[in-house]
Amino acid sequence: MNQDQPTCHSASPEPSPSETFVAFTAGLWKQNPVFVMVLGMCPTLAITNSVRNAIAMGLATTFVMASANAFISMVRKLVPKQVRIATYISMIATSVTIVDYLVKAISIPVYKALGPFIPLIVSNCLTLERAESYAGKNPIGKSILDGLGMGLGFTFALTCLGTVREVLGAGTFLGFPLFGSNFEPWVLFLLPPGGFITLAMWLLTFTLWRERSDKRKRAREAALEKPVEIAS
Amino acid sequence: MNESLSHIFVDALLINNFVLCVFLGMCSFIGLSGKFSTAWRMGVSVMFVIIVSSILSYGTNLVLVRFHAEYLRIITYIVIIAATVQLTEMFIKKTSPALFRAMGVYLPLITTNCAVLAVPLFQTSRNYSFVQSVVFAIAASGGYTIAIVTLSLVRERVELSDVPSLAKGTALTLVLAAILSMAFMGFAGMGNGG
Repeated sequence: MNQDQPTCHSASPEPSPSETFVAFTAGLWKQNPVFVMVLGMCPTLAITNSVRNAIAMGLATTFVMASANAFISMVRKLVPKQVRIATYISMIATSVTIVDYLVKAISIPVYKALGPFIPLIVSNCLTLERAESYAGKNPIGKSILDGLGMGLGFTFALTCLGTVREVLGAGTFLGFPLFGSNFEPWVLFLLPPGGFITLAMWLLTFTLWRERSDKRKRAREAALEKPVEIAS
Repeated sequence: MNESLSHIFVDALLINNFVLCVFLGMCSFIGLSGKFSTAWRMGVSVMFVIIVSSILSYGTNLVLVRFHAEYLRIITYIVIIAATVQLTEMFIKKTSPALFRAMGVYLPLITTNCAVLAVPLFQTSRNYSFVQSVVFAIAASGGYTIAIVTLSLVRERVELSDVPSLAKGTALTLVLAAILSMAFMGFAGMGNGG
């Protein structure tokens, strides 16, 4: 959390449409909270034993992040520097309380499945990290978009994990059986070790993919430079 | 709930180990388990904060229930934890400046450790009595310390071995944690005997 996390570089004074767009899409892919920044691990591992829970948790976090970012961005000029963390946390806690009651009102089974992990969004390092590094420095509109983008990126990551774990561990997707009756579920994937292993494999996949695309980019740049050298 | 104290203790310490089986406190578990010396310091300070904030939130919860203000629970708990962390910081600074310098950076991070917030939440939702809450807090934080110290010892060994460059870092730590977690699954059978 205190390490040098990649922060958004779109904090220049005049916002252009493309920058607003960047604020939204950064969280989806380039700075994906789980796969790139490795934040918010607790719900990522605990709630992803089925796709439905993963999506519900992701959406709850998205809502918290968007509303907390909005609150924080609104008061960012009023809060003294020394007490900002305490202020941020109490604002996040307020949003979380709202979500807690919302989920309870919408669906009791989902509320029971997510259990203590809804109140625990408060201490999800992701929400505080975005508040500190983005919402505390940027206008409301962009902060909300950043919260939405990060939240959806988080949902995407959770769904990735949930899909692998549910398909391998129970042989179903969103509750629908995928394989015939001969399928022997790989129960380990529903249990805690499966969460660790699945996340490790997704991280490996993403690192491999990033390294390959970096290599390709470098090769392309090298190829572009060559003709110039010959011409000169 | 009339669970016996020994059952609560063994359950929170080993069977439902906070880190390896319930996935709480993952960030610091992965981030600060690189070295044994930082890991045990983190473990001890988390233990202290969890026990103090558990006692304080037990008292606060009684007040909240008395005034029918349960919706303020999450906010009060997080404020209590933040205050406890601040107090711990001041206390250590006064009593042992050397220790304070050694773990100064990690102390503020405890506030966003979900294991700390989970203890008051669990003890409230399970309707534990005061003694049960204290035993639960000691066992849960002890479980956290056991897990982070064990992982740090394993990681110090793995540091010397030759792993593919791709897997270095978080991915490798997660695989190690998975193996530890499988080992802790072996404790699941203890629940029936106790």
